[in-house]
Amino acid sequence: MSALTRLTVARMREGLAAKRFSARELVSAHIAAVEAARPLNAFITETPDEALAAADAADAALAAGTAGALAGIPVGIKDLFATRGVQTTAASAILKGFRPPYESGVTARMKAAGVASLGKLNLDEFAMGSSNETSAFGPVVSPWRAVGSDAKLVPGGSSGGSSAAVAARIVAAATGTDTGGSIRQPAAFTGIAGIKPTYGRCSRWGIIAFASSLDQAGVLARSVEDCAILLEQMAGYDDRDSTSINAPVPHWSAMLNAKLAGLRIGIPREYRMDGMDARVAALWDEGIAWMKDAGATIVDVSLPNTAHALPTYYIVAPAEASSNLARYDGVRFGQRVLPDGGSLNDMYAATRAAGFGAEVRRRIMIGTYVLSAGYYDAYYLKAQKVRALIAQDFEKAWESCDLLLTPTAPTAAFGLGAKSADPIAMYLNDVFTVPASLAGLPAMSVPAGLDAAGLPLGLQVIGRPLDEAGVFNACLALEQRAGFTAAPVRWW
Amino acid sequence: MTDMYKDDGRKAGWIIEGRTGPWEVVLGLEVHAQVSTLSKLFSGAPTAFGGEPNAQVSLVDAGFPGMLPVLNGACVKQAVRTGLALGCTINRWSRFDRKNYFYADLPQGYQISQHQHPIVGEGAIPVTLEDGSITSVGIERIHLEQDAGKSVHDLSPTQSYVDLNRSGVALMEIVSKPDMRSPAEAGAYVATLRSILRAIGSCDGNMQEGSMRADVNVSVRRPGDGFGTRCEIKNVNSIRFIQQAISYEAQRQVEILESGGTIQQETRLFDPDRGETRSLRSKEDAHDYRYFPEPDLLPLELTPAFIEQCRASLPELPAAKKARFETALGLSPYLAAVLTADADQSRWFETLLAESARRQGRDAAAVAEKAANWMTGDLFGALNRLGLDIAHSPVSATQGAELLALLADGTLSGPLAKQVFEIMLETGEDAGAIAEARGLKQLSDSGALEAAIADVLAANPDKLAEYRSGKDKLFGFFVGQVMKASGGKANPALVNELLKAALG
Repeated sequence: MSALTRLTVARMREGLAAKRFSARELVSAHIAAVEAARPLNAFITETPDEALAAADAADAALAAGTAGALAGIPVGIKDLFATRGVQTTAASAILKGFRPPYESGVTARMKAAGVASLGKLNLDEFAMGSSNETSAFGPVVSPWRAVGSDAKLVPGGSSGGSSAAVAARIVAAATGTDTGGSIRQPAAFTGIAGIKPTYGRCSRWGIIAFASSLDQAGVLARSVEDCAILLEQMAGYDDRDSTSINAPVPHWSAMLNAKLAGLRIGIPREYRMDGMDARVAALWDEGIAWMKDAGATIVDVSLPNTAHALPTYYIVAPAEASSNLARYDGVRFGQRVLPDGGSLNDMYAATRAAGFGAEVRRRIMIGTYVLSAGYYDAYYLKAQKVRALIAQDFEKAWESCDLLLTPTAPTAAFGLGAKSADPIAMYLNDVFTVPASLAGLPAMSVPAGLDAAGLPLGLQVIGRPLDEAGVFNACLALEQRAGFTAAPVRWW
Repeated sequence: MTDMYKDDGRKAGWIIEGRTGPWEVVLGLEVHAQVSTLSKLFSGAPTAFGGEPNAQVSLVDAGFPGMLPVLNGACVKQAVRTGLALGCTINRWSRFDRKNYFYADLPQGYQISQHQHPIVGEGAIPVTLEDGSITSVGIERIHLEQDAGKSVHDLSPTQSYVDLNRSGVALMEIVSKPDMRSPAEAGAYVATLRSILRAIGSCDGNMQEGSMRADVNVSVRRPGDGFGTRCEIKNVNSIRFIQQAISYEAQRQVEILESGGTIQQETRLFDPDRGETRSLRSKEDAHDYRYFPEPDLLPLELTPAFIEQCRASLPELPAAKKARFETALGLSPYLAAVLTADADQSRWFETLLAESARRQGRDAAAVAEKAANWMTGDLFGALNRLGLDIAHSPVSATQGAELLALLADGTLSGPLAKQVFEIMLETGEDAGAIAEARGLKQLSDSGALEAAIADVLAANPDKLAEYRSGKDKLFGFFVGQVMKASGGKANPALVNELLKAALG
């Protein structure tokens, strides 16, 4: 690991500006790190040439004084964002070889700001998973290992390539998408920071849809400040996305302030569940103490419908997914399997059977079922109503507090294959992250400590709509007090 | 007819006299009207008819990954204007839903439509039947939806091709209440609807190009009974076919019922070549469309100001125009109906009328009847003969007004005007220029006519003597001779007057 790959984005920007190193040097060091880290399987497609070209452009811009805010910063792009001319797969066999003739709204903004993209990062197929084991391109392996063990661990999901790459110091930051926790849970599993902003902050245009009413782009990086620096370049109104919010994007990185005096931090009592991992519970208590230390007042709050969040999510998200994934039919792009003498329906069946993995098929079937005549009212409609109640819970909580503090995930990272046979156990990973997704609220995970096996654990801060600034500040206060400096020991 | 009919609030309709008694047909129509806008409902792609296959397709229309719909405000405006023109309530809050099904020409795997909360609610339009009676047909709702593409099966024996030019084009689905009772009534309803949509410019009404097509719901019942089981005939694309399909389908249902069978609810197709309907799919095979709210779009909320702006943009509607033609212009109900049946025709007439009034320095009402008679007689006759519609008339309304003015001020006689009009049709030249250049003006110079009369009397001394001895009938002979001498151009009234004077 070279010194350059250990820098945060903030330090990289200072170094580049001070000409301590060039963008080409910075990017080259990361390209070498990416090549060395292939055992992690974090990338589906590497784009070193594109990265070097961007680095050279950044060096020229830095010399000319015209550099963008992210000039020369080496990043990875979750392979759910369409990138012009570069294979974009959603980690699905059905899109293998698909090169979109367009660039997603978020990555276009980042590229305009000067980032050097090292490539497309692995994920759960169509972002459906919590361990990055459902990818058609093979699982991502976490750079972390438990103390005294060689067992492979999952990096979390669905943004598992993103979390593994940032934690392994092979990219400075990575884009992610979060539908029910897909940025926050992998960030927690790999000891890094990750924020899902308010639904509508980042354009969904050009992001392959999983569940449209929940999907939101965000960022994974190694500090709260880095997340702010990246997100302020990614966010912004896009008239091509009707759910995009037309509101100014604050200069979050310049507003960071860890003094929380006058703020009320709510602790939702329903999140303290029976059988909660003792170390997770203890870390949560530590987080409460850190918040007090930063000047905040702690408030006990109730989110009574919390227990219904997970079942609600696992109806709404598959319902939308079953419809969003109908377009992968072999007619216009991607893979096509046409049995000899087969009809149109035969082509659909063969193409989709060959192109979709087991988890995607499962969710399409669940989604189709809950939308079917005769079941719609009992499942989808009911879930929509409960979703509204969950959003109301939060609105009520904001009457007595400004931010919420919770654990990010119920456990630390688990072993590769440990839960892949049991979908319900896998879905339970999202229990703390799903409610904020259903309510469209900004939420962030920061690394806060290690469990007994030396594996990272995260704390989550949830804010009011559009209050990313408040979320960043609270997370900064946690980050400063947690003093989390652990990093994976290189084994690859 | 029985009293039960009157309970229905409707006059007796079309009755099928079956072996076992009379049957009444109940009809409801779902008319799909393509919204006249330059671009599609959710993408910026153009909508022109007849482009090269797949030349008018955006990535949104082709359902590429990550592409999102953005609602076209022009389509919303047209739907609201249509709703207002049909006397419907406008729903200030409406929502788009996804209708899910797989087909090769449906790129997204779902159609974005409005299932539960349409933009336009209930209303009704007056429909004039052939016998001049007026009935009211209720509108249930109008919603906006996107069209699918087109599958082409006849280019290859083994493969099908897909043309996505229509994919994403905005349609208004105008759903009637089951208020119609005869093929003629259904035909009149569609014709009325078409004339209204064309008048306000929300749909070009071109049924041949598929801009307007109808799904026809047909059931039969004993007069006074509740509704029977209906069959839906999909995608019928002319008024004549709609009427043929209804006649066939109603007869088919009566035959089934009279032989003890039951009607199966199903979707049928009309085959115009054989004049019959055929089963497409039964209720059991019906799609489960799995409707749910479209998460890529926000609910559509309309302000009262927007609705008022739409209302203010509406031109005079055909029914109001017809009433005005009758009361303000004094036209007969027949002429008023003919001139307002089509937006292009009524526009042409109003230009003709305004220009005629201006040129003749008279009120519109004073020139209206002559203008209307000329347009529906001479002009329509000529267009009919030439196989042209009013929009392609070789003679413009302004040119027509000049012709009528020349007729009114005596420059042209009736026969001369017909002659000039024929030349106008052929050459496109103006009436005055034709009359001038070809010497077709009526001769009204008394000096010249007096000379001509003198010549005629001098050339016929015997006839003159007979006339003078009391044979009054010969007056006509002299008129004819003078007209002949003038090459048909002499002003007949003036000839009469001068001849009387000359004959003493």
